[in-house]
Amino acid sequence: MAPETNRALSRDREWSEWMAAAQRGDRAAYERLLREILPFLRALAAGRHRAPDRIEDVVQDVLLTVHRVRHTYDPARPFSHWLAAIARRRSIDALRRRGRTEAAEVSDAQAYETFADPRAKQEMEARDRAAGLGPAIASLPPGQREALEMLKLRELSLAEASRASGKSVASLKVSVHRAIRALRAQLTGGGR
Amino acid sequence: MSETTERLIERLAAEAEPVRRLPAPAVLATLWLLAVGAVAAIAILGFSDLDVFARRAHDLQLLLDMMATLTTGVAAVVAAFQLSLPDRAPAWALLPLPPLAAWIATSGYGCYRHWIAFGPDGWELGESTHCFRFILAVSAPLGVSLLLMLQRARPLAPVRVAIVGGLGVAAIAACLLQFFHPFDVTLLDLSVHVVAIAIVIAAASLWGRWSGRREARS
Repeated sequence: MAPETNRALSRDREWSEWMAAAQRGDRAAYERLLREILPFLRALAAGRHRAPDRIEDVVQDVLLTVHRVRHTYDPARPFSHWLAAIARRRSIDALRRRGRTEAAEVSDAQAYETFADPRAKQEMEARDRAAGLGPAIASLPPGQREALEMLKLRELSLAEASRASGKSVASLKVSVHRAIRALRAQLTGGGR
Repeated sequence: MSETTERLIERLAAEAEPVRRLPAPAVLATLWLLAVGAVAAIAILGFSDLDVFARRAHDLQLLLDMMATLTTGVAAVVAAFQLSLPDRAPAWALLPLPPLAAWIATSGYGCYRHWIAFGPDGWELGESTHCFRFILAVSAPLGVSLLLMLQRARPLAPVRVAIVGGLGVAAIAACLLQFFHPFDVTLLDLSVHVVAIAIVIAAASLWGRWSGRREARS
């Protein structure tokens, strides 16, 4: 028998014993098994998926499934076959999910340009929010606006703001709190 | 997934309680079939007209038809239990196909013979509504008990398992029908049988779809 076949057989026997122990509630054997099968699972997933994060998603899905159906494993049968069947199934499920998601998506060149990079999306959204923030701050009562500018925009400490405005620390806290609540209500269309 | 694989393994290992290993699929199938056989025997002895059945039992076509339905039912139930496990070949789904073909052939021959004997009257609606209700009424409890048993394996392809199981249940119901249906089937009766069996399989498939979604959420 070829050395690789021997190695695969002895590895399978070992995995099978660990799984049998895991079925009896041996957590250490189970953890060892789950760690040992990771390269095998990653190699199987890489056969159908290219992106590393997608491969890792499939691997995690397989681990969850193994956990859920571990009572169906019969130690008299090869463990690798059982595991590979689960991995194959989950890989195909992931491909189908991806196909469905892509079918439901609308191709929009501008959206792609703007949002392909999450940082760009955040930047755009921040700019949108900032556009409405100026008028909202301007509409606040003078006391609240002053407290907000000193504490949140110029980032003065409460003591510094108190000295600069001549107001007590407690009064500044109340003004900032009210200002933020008013801004939130304006920007979210009257929310809490 | 936001959780890292490393963290996931730690969590799964920490949650790993002892589990009761599922008995072999052949054992589960045998247990289920024996239980159904016992209930069916009581029902046949208690409620069917065995004298009428004994007179009809001389008909080779009827015997072949019953043998084909029963074999389809048993094969489909065995296949469903096998398919419910992750490492069994999908080819198990083909097991009930040969007896199913024999069933279709014997039923078709029965209709043809009826047509030759009765001519256009062979199209009349025989005991169709009774058959329809019988197949559905018998399939419902059998189907629920079978699907619940199959569910214990938390199948990876629940729709396929449920469809094959549904075929098994409908075939067994169709076989039992012969004890309570002392008439030759007309073509229309056969169509009604097919519709009833299709409803059972469709209901089983819906169950499979639902259980698959529930499994995916868990």
